Amino acid sequence: MTVLDHRHLAAPVPGWRPDATGPRTDPAPLLPDESPHRVLGTPAAEKADPELLAELYRRLVVGRRYNQQATTLTKQGRLAVYPASTGQEACQVAAALALRQDDWLFPSYRDTLAVVSRGVDPLEALTLLRGNAHTGYDPKATRTAPLCTPLATQAPHAVGLAYAAQLRGEDTVALALLGDGGTSEGDFHEALNFAAVLNAPVVFLVQNNGYAISVPLTRQSAAPTLAHKAVGYGMPGRLVDGNDAVAVHAVLTEAVERARSGGGPTLVEALTYRIEAHTNADDATRYRQDEEIAAWREHDPILLMERHLRGTGQLDDRLAQAATEEAEALAARMRAEFHTDPELDPMSLFAHVYAEPTQQLAEQAAQLTAELDAEEQAR
Amino acid sequence: MSTAVETRTMAQALNSALRDAMRADESVHVLGEDVGALGGVFRITDGLTAEFGPERCLDTPLAEAGILGTAVGMAMYGLRPVVEMQFDAFAYPAMEQLVSHVAKMRNRTAGRMPLPITIRIPYGGGIGGVEHHSDSSEAYYTHTPGLHVVTPATVADAYGLLRASIASDDPVVFLEPKRLYWGKDALDATAPVEPIGRAVLRRPGRSAVLITYGPSLPVCLEAAEAAKAEGWDLAVLDLRSLVPFDEQTAVELVRSVGRAVVVHESTGFGGAGAEIAARLTEKCFHHLAAPVLRVTGFDIPYPAPMLEHHHLPGVDRILDAVARLQWED
Ligand SMILES: Cc1ncc(C[n+]2csc(CCOP(=O)(O)OP(=O)(O)O)c2C)c(N)n1
Repeated sequence: MTVLDHRHLAAPVPGWRPDATGPRTDPAPLLPDESPHRVLGTPAAEKADPELLAELYRRLVVGRRYNQQATTLTKQGRLAVYPASTGQEACQVAAALALRQDDWLFPSYRDTLAVVSRGVDPLEALTLLRGNAHTGYDPKATRTAPLCTPLATQAPHAVGLAYAAQLRGEDTVALALLGDGGTSEGDFHEALNFAAVLNAPVVFLVQNNGYAISVPLTRQSAAPTLAHKAVGYGMPGRLVDGNDAVAVHAVLTEAVERARSGGGPTLVEALTYRIEAHTNADDATRYRQDEEIAAWREHDPILLMERHLRGTGQLDDRLAQAATEEAEALAARMRAEFHTDPELDPMSLFAHVYAEPTQQLAEQAAQLTAELDAEEQAR
Repeated sequence: MSTAVETRTMAQALNSALRDAMRADESVHVLGEDVGALGGVFRITDGLTAEFGPERCLDTPLAEAGILGTAVGMAMYGLRPVVEMQFDAFAYPAMEQLVSHVAKMRNRTAGRMPLPITIRIPYGGGIGGVEHHSDSSEAYYTHTPGLHVVTPATVADAYGLLRASIASDDPVVFLEPKRLYWGKDALDATAPVEPIGRAVLRRPGRSAVLITYGPSLPVCLEAAEAAKAEGWDLAVLDLRSLVPFDEQTAVELVRSVGRAVVVHESTGFGGAGAEIAARLTEKCFHHLAAPVLRVTGFDIPYPAPMLEHHHLPGVDRILDAVARLQWED
């Protein structure tokens, strides 16, 4: 071929994808839903499994109480900080319920309720926020990664774990929880790309609650929806009403089963709202209006569920009372156990830095022991 | 404009420095997470968007590498970006931009493309922050040639050093000791801005020198006060800048006194204190009556807040070190 021979321009572009030989004929399955998927308040709700509804309802009520009690504990100085998921309970409980016991959850710092809803002891789940220990529960025993503070950094971990499970021939699925702000971090994008390329059995749930601390979604992303971000990586993106517990549960269950059966990763965007401030240390009046909060209160996850259960005669006094009793018992237990300061061992500072302490750490431990003894004697 | 001498918190002094720098020079732009309507989680950028508009005080998407990388491009085009990293440990995603580009651009371009970027990072512990909110990361930055590393310990320095950093034609990592944010002192914003790289003697003394910076300065001053009861007269040197390190001031002082302890709260092994102690030993060996000692945080990941007081060097730990300075000689 000479330089003047331009016929090669007309030749088809060589395909480096196995199926890139012609135009797509399938109905673009990667494009996300046009409007958020909903079940409650639609005819589909009639077909929902009554047992599932009761279970979701019970967990929503208990979860709300958990959020309230934890927030109160911050005001009493018993918890150092609490990023409440009030208003987001549907996402949290559905995330936990969509997983099998042997699946893995990768929570971010706002997802204590998802962790608790998964069966982790409520007080052990709170050590990070109380300030006595980083991760109070056993990640392996509970199949729940530590609550992750640096944003989106747990997403590649979820991919790696899911990939490893796949390599081992196990059908474990990993679910990574993120906020809308977290989707801007590089780690989020790298995780999606790896997940799609490796066909890893992982699901990403973005709880889009409108704000990353003070920054509204419009200043976070110019994409039509966050679910659209899936398209460029080659995985399905689903959009769901995050306050509709039945819908979140359905979409997540489908995504988890798809992953489990070898269908690869899914990105789910759940539209929800953060009713409380970012944390107890934040002043939300600086960046949002009361009217907005009021509108979302009308779309509260518990309200939506109650409305449906009442309308169909499924919310009897027994169910309501059982949920309330369970919620109050949990709140009482939190109050009781947080009433006193936890017992702390200063020498635990040196435990678990390495499998075997270095000589330097042993010396530093001895130094602290001597200091503590001197303090004791001075008393 | 801040003209008279006023009582300010360190946070307010930093805010004034940003405001005054933006008023003085149109090319100064602030960007970061939550720096707009919220004014930053510590309110250091409070009111800047209201006064200068969202282009000059820009709320960015939540992505530190993106923030710093964008600042690189802005600086390449002639602006003076001031970047806010929300907390010490959340600057790490930007490490690639910092180490590979911000620190090296002047060198890589044979001086044709300097980057006048100021990177403000609240750092250090003592405020009860949970995991990833209390790191002292100065050693990562001081180990990276091409970066200035500055840390004020007083209200006046917070103002003066930030103005100097923004005016610097080199990138500056500006470490803000967050546990000193709310401390109040007099601020004269008209005082001449001191260049970066000079240590100041905060307290003269003949027995030994405490060499420190940032959050540990008040602890050292308290220790010096308490040491009087032991009959020790301790000098306290505030470095203010780790890079450049004011070797001349430190060396002269240590030679004249003969005993020195370096104090900082970050991990000791491979820390800034190791460098300082080694350098002073090299330069002052024949004037020393004792080895230069270090008092630092333990070599552990920053602990949970309820245990942090055991980790952070306090007055007693400093006095113990002074007691080990071979007084019998
Ligand atoms: C890498 C990193 N940068 C900054 C922060 C500080 N920070 C904590 S939460 C938060 C906002 C997160 O928003 P989003 O992802 O939407 O989650 P939400 O809080 O709304 O649940 C920020 C900026 C962090 N934790 N990690």
